[in-house]
Amino acid sequence: MTPALSAGLTIGTIAAVLAIIHVPLGSWLYRVFTSPKHTRVERLVYRLVGVNPEVEQRWSVYLLAVLAFSTVSIIGLWLLILLQGFLPFSQGRSMNVDTAFNAAVSFVTNTNWQSYAGEAGAGYLVQAIGLTVQNFLSAGVGLAVAIAVVRGLAREGTDRLGNFWVDLVRGTLRVLLPLAAVAAIMLVAGGVIQNLTEPTTITSLTGGDQVIQGGLVASQEAIKELGTNGGGFFNANSAHPFENPNGWTNLLEILLLLAIPSALPYTYGRMVGDRRQGAAMVSVMAVLGFGAMATMMWLESVGSMEGKEQRFGPIWSAIFASATTGTSTGAVNSLHESFQPLAGGVALLNMMLGELSPGGVGTGLYSMLVMVVLAVFIAGLMVGRTPEFLGKSIGSREVTLAALAMLIAPVLVLLGTGVALLLPVSAGALSTTGPHGLSEMLYAFTSAANNNGSAFAGLSADQPFLNIALAFCMLLGRFVPIAAMLALAGGLASQQRRPVTAGTMPTHTASFAGLLIAVILILAGLTYFPSLALGSIAEALS
Amino acid sequence: MSKHPRPSHPSLLITAWQSLPLAAAKLDPRHVARNPVMFVVWVASAVTTVLAVVQPTLFAISVAIWLWATILFANLAEAIAEGRGKAQADSLRKTRTQTMARRCIDGGEESVPGAELRLGDRVVVEAGQVIPGDGDVIEGVATIDESAITGESAPVIREAGGDRCAVTGGTTVLSDRIVVQITAKPGETFIDKMISLVEGAARQKTPNEIALNILLITLTIIFLLAVMALQPQAIYSGGHLSLVVLVALLVCLIPTTIGALLSAIGIAGMDRLVQHNVLAMSGRAVEAAGDVNTLLLDKTGTITYGNRRASEVYPLAGVERAALMGAARLASLADLTPEGRSIVEFVAAEENSEPAENELELTQAGAAFVPFTAQTRMSGVDLPDGSQVRKGAGSAVAAWVRAEGGQPADDLAAIVDRVSGLGSTPLVVASRLPESAPKVLGVVQLKDVVKPGMADRFAQLRAMGIRTVMITGDNPLTAKAIAAEAGVDDFLAEATPEDKMELIKAEQAGGRLVAMTGDGTNDAPALAQADVGVAMNTGTSAAKEAGNMVDLDSDPTKLIDIVAIGKQLLITRGALTTFSIANDVAKYFAIIPAMFVGVFPGLQALNPMGLHSPNTAMLSAVIFNALIILALVPLALRGVSYRPLSASAMLNRNLLIYGLGGIIAPFIGIKIIDLLLTLLPGLG
Repeated sequence: MTPALSAGLTIGTIAAVLAIIHVPLGSWLYRVFTSPKHTRVERLVYRLVGVNPEVEQRWSVYLLAVLAFSTVSIIGLWLLILLQGFLPFSQGRSMNVDTAFNAAVSFVTNTNWQSYAGEAGAGYLVQAIGLTVQNFLSAGVGLAVAIAVVRGLAREGTDRLGNFWVDLVRGTLRVLLPLAAVAAIMLVAGGVIQNLTEPTTITSLTGGDQVIQGGLVASQEAIKELGTNGGGFFNANSAHPFENPNGWTNLLEILLLLAIPSALPYTYGRMVGDRRQGAAMVSVMAVLGFGAMATMMWLESVGSMEGKEQRFGPIWSAIFASATTGTSTGAVNSLHESFQPLAGGVALLNMMLGELSPGGVGTGLYSMLVMVVLAVFIAGLMVGRTPEFLGKSIGSREVTLAALAMLIAPVLVLLGTGVALLLPVSAGALSTTGPHGLSEMLYAFTSAANNNGSAFAGLSADQPFLNIALAFCMLLGRFVPIAAMLALAGGLASQQRRPVTAGTMPTHTASFAGLLIAVILILAGLTYFPSLALGSIAEALS
Repeated sequence: MSKHPRPSHPSLLITAWQSLPLAAAKLDPRHVARNPVMFVVWVASAVTTVLAVVQPTLFAISVAIWLWATILFANLAEAIAEGRGKAQADSLRKTRTQTMARRCIDGGEESVPGAELRLGDRVVVEAGQVIPGDGDVIEGVATIDESAITGESAPVIREAGGDRCAVTGGTTVLSDRIVVQITAKPGETFIDKMISLVEGAARQKTPNEIALNILLITLTIIFLLAVMALQPQAIYSGGHLSLVVLVALLVCLIPTTIGALLSAIGIAGMDRLVQHNVLAMSGRAVEAAGDVNTLLLDKTGTITYGNRRASEVYPLAGVERAALMGAARLASLADLTPEGRSIVEFVAAEENSEPAENELELTQAGAAFVPFTAQTRMSGVDLPDGSQVRKGAGSAVAAWVRAEGGQPADDLAAIVDRVSGLGSTPLVVASRLPESAPKVLGVVQLKDVVKPGMADRFAQLRAMGIRTVMITGDNPLTAKAIAAEAGVDDFLAEATPEDKMELIKAEQAGGRLVAMTGDGTNDAPALAQADVGVAMNTGTSAAKEAGNMVDLDSDPTKLIDIVAIGKQLLITRGALTTFSIANDVAKYFAIIPAMFVGVFPGLQALNPMGLHSPNTAMLSAVIFNALIILALVPLALRGVSYRPLSASAMLNRNLLIYGLGGIIAPFIGIKIIDLLLTLLPGLG
């Protein structure tokens, strides 16, 4: 089998599995978020937290709920990490105040950037009731926001976008928990560990002492991928044999992290009453996602094994890296900095596109909608009408909000990278100089601002300046787009829908999909080309 | 009727030359600051100039010059667009020169300057005098020369009462005497509005323009950041960049092309309407015209000629066709209505011969013509030999036949119904030979003739997603037949102004934008309710006040052109925005390798154009960026070529031309400029 053929078959298999599950999963998500019924457990939860599930919220109230919930989550997790030394099951682990803040923000924003070493910084208790819980809830928040945004497009003549608490509870209880449970069992079956054993010290072949960790790994691993979180139980993340022991678990993890983001366009199509819209969107995601994957596989086909696990090899490492950077997951099964320079550049570009190929749980959908709104506006004028999307006019309010949502990540990445390269305190954290060092810094800020969480490796990020700077990137990169998109959706929901005629620019056709891809690539390219040229491209060409 | 179209514009080069001083004056930062993108270029130019003075290298000086040229070209585009309106405004202003008004006061009149007239004043205007202000005729009837505003030399009639009472200040009374009640304050007259419109003084940014500006500002911020972040990255990489180079990169990347042309495109769009003799009261209305979903068209004058014309004759059983035609012609000889004339013409055309006798000969021979009256609803002729011919409405003619002792044939009713069913008006012809009972001969079909080509235009509109609704006072049967023939999508029969209003509201409730024309006072509410209301200039001042456009030619068909102009305006903006953004790809490939090839020689691989040296590469991009503005000025003023197509076909076409073209064109342009620059000493 030629390498090209085997690569094609590999991508084809992943695409086929995703294509098969995206309809039932998308339909299920549709039912979860449109059903009027509450389960008994949900009613109990609503009663406990004092929420009336029948009351829908305006966008501003919805946003306030998201922000309040996330603020409480950050403070709670921060305190939990700081106080873990006084609590049981902590094996005496601890973190600095700034590291703990970075970690708390990171897990609540679904970024899962880890400036601490997984097993050394967080004990079993923090892993279980802090990090794993946030893995569920942060994904649930992303899902809820995406659904609320889609409701804005689907509804007309109302200022209500749904109830955040209901969306969060349903997404968590009906979607993430059952899927994660099944996934965890499959992972355990594949060899991932799940125990509460105290660390065992053994004497290795060379005579040195080695500490073997135990832990509730499979349960965290499942939601780590499914919720596009990426925070590893171990520092080595999915390269660690207890997290990802073999080729089968590797493929399963790749599918898990792609599953919900690639099914959401179907849900979106159902909710707006036009499945073609969802089909066009998933096609755009597929072209960008699989395009990046194929490019990385091709670039890695030279076969360098540096920084890769023997059991995965270059190709499966490239596939995992592409999937994890394209979904804002940030789990890694290899060292991204050891990739061929251009392959590392593709991983960077995947994040720079704005995490929409297919992006994180929920976030991928609304990030793509940001680009759709911008593409509709740029090209919509060319058909001689005020641009409209799904019958809603895209005027100055919509453009302003979409621009704000799109602008925040480039602002954080470019300013952050620029400042951090100039300041000795952060420039000193680089492991090397030259273009590769530039890529390390660029990667860190790109990963944080786009809520990916993967690391290029090499950068010693556990220091106060970077911990706090990156935490702010994660916060703004998460909540500015959420605020802008909820405001956008609120405005669209109250707009009257204009009828579709032959004069309406279609947003489900191949030419619109092509346009959307071009807008995404050109906007990201124009923003980041100089940085990429000085980093990955210069490294590759020198 | 002679027609003076608006003088076509002088050649672009001449206008451009004449506009240069104005363009230079617009370099004033206070003016440039109104356009954020160009203001960034202004600051960049100022910075580069200072740098070029401090450290005069050929490169820095060249960049400074071309950056100022970029702003100058942008100003030139705007100045040319405004200059075109200025010429028109000047000729309008002449008509506004101080006219004295004869104001009626108790029991007499006084002479006051036109500018001192107030609302409600009554003024007397006689033949040869200029009407001092906008108003309604409340007494008298006069012919008026309105060529000053319409360009139409044929005089029009204005009279008190009814829908033709509005007069415009600045027009001249040719005959008779009228009393006009002033309806506009000084400074707010129609001519004042026209002047400020064509000059662009009253131009406010339209909603789409505001949104587009936000997008352009966003892009500018992104590029500002990308360039700002470049310096630390460059310092880190060991290649400190000069400020001139950074500024050059910034100007090349921000969307200067569309930023420079945006205001010219808007002014030119309004100007295109003026060229069509349509005055839009706001740019918003022009944009709305592009968005229209439903056109309400009055049948008469828009879809049909308005005059019913004879198109066929139907003899009753036992009657020769020639006999029917002869009788019909005889009955119509003295009938001067368009319908009557059309019968005579129809018979002449059918028989393909010169008529045997004419009206004059018959009269001399002693024939007596019976004119049409509202009471008899028939007309005809009594010949000297005692025979009589009548034509008229079916019931009237049948009544005459019975009264004179005859009996209408049985098959008449069937024919009349059939002709009605075709959407035509049946005209029954009967004759009576001397000393016998009258006899019905047959039916003449008077058809409402649909203007040629209307079905095609409606099909085009349909392809563009625009629904046409015909409004008519006809009965539903007739309306349906004409609607089918003309190819409109729907019709509203026996329409009253209230029905029209209801229809507009119903369309709007469904999220549709509605355009309509109207002239009468009773159209005013509907004109105000419609998203695009085009008032006819012949209409009342109430109608003109209610609409957001006025058609000086009073041609209802023009609504279709107005929609096209609105769409063209939006397409031009979108196309140049796309082009502007697509251009950046090539500029990056010109500048980035040039900036860093010193540090990383391998980056030469990113220089597919094979540009000569870093300096020529960067300067070529800057020059291209300036010249492309100049090159696109004609397109911005003319508007991109527009054909009625479906949105998806239009998108494909424009994406290909302005998207793909926008990516490719600068690669070629920058390469050519680079080749020319290598000929200059001192840059390599």
